[in-house]
Amino acid sequence: MEEAEIEQTLVARLRARDESAFAEIVDANTPAMLRTARMYVASREAAEEVVQETWIALIRGIDGFEGRSTLRTWLFRVLVNIAKTRGVRDHNLREDLAAAPYPDGATVDPDRFRGPDDQWPGGWRAHPAVWPPSPEGSTLAAEMMALTRRDLDKLPNRQRLVVTLRDVLGFDSEEVCQVLSLTMANQRVLLHRGRARVRAALETYLAVTP
Amino acid sequence: MNCKTFVELVTEYLEGALDKETRRRFDEHLALCPGCADYLDQIRVTVHKLEQLTEESLDPTYRDRLLSAFRDWRDP
Repeated sequence: MEEAEIEQTLVARLRARDESAFAEIVDANTPAMLRTARMYVASREAAEEVVQETWIALIRGIDGFEGRSTLRTWLFRVLVNIAKTRGVRDHNLREDLAAAPYPDGATVDPDRFRGPDDQWPGGWRAHPAVWPPSPEGSTLAAEMMALTRRDLDKLPNRQRLVVTLRDVLGFDSEEVCQVLSLTMANQRVLLHRGRARVRAALETYLAVTP
Repeated sequence: MNCKTFVELVTEYLEGALDKETRRRFDEHLALCPGCADYLDQIRVTVHKLEQLTEESLDPTYRDRLLSAFRDWRDP
């Protein structure tokens, strides 16, 4: 079945008050919803309330769901709207966009590049060190995963939201723009800065790990 | 294109958002600069690590709460 067909079947089952359909969609989305809600509210309990309210909104709204977006996009939009009304964290977009680690929005230390008077201005002074292979199941892979999680959690909020939705949860760029009310350009800036910071953290770690 | 410019274009490149001319200069630089090829590869590895992060499993008590909200609506 095509994805759209699967979704139509699911919506039809939800409308028929099929509890197993509800359990399926709850199991598939709730952990990601809790993680997303946690980026807006201060406690796990508050996130659980936001997520529960979202599910109640879905139940109440399913008969009127028009399928103009996917169910997942709809769910996360509602989730973000509810979370924002409860949110205690500052979500100043301009501040987060400006949150590049170096001047002029640079994501790599400008000192790593040759100056304007050099024979090759803007070229690497020294190439980034090659990373050792980290095959799945290796100790290094596990350590890099733990570090990735830690550094993702340290990103400025909007960067963390975009990177989480795009890379961890597999949303496409259009879905992320819809869910977070971002322009495509801003979405890309946030994704770029977020990914670059996580890369830089992995680089620092790998540089001191033989 | 120099390396300093290249590293700030990697996301637009991966997103397919570069205009044709910038894309051409990006590819040209990529073919000639092993440092930037490694940088791009490291961004790809980073994305791959992010994609592998898994969610915690759902707390059964909380799950029951959600399912009972469904039943309350279905059987008022």
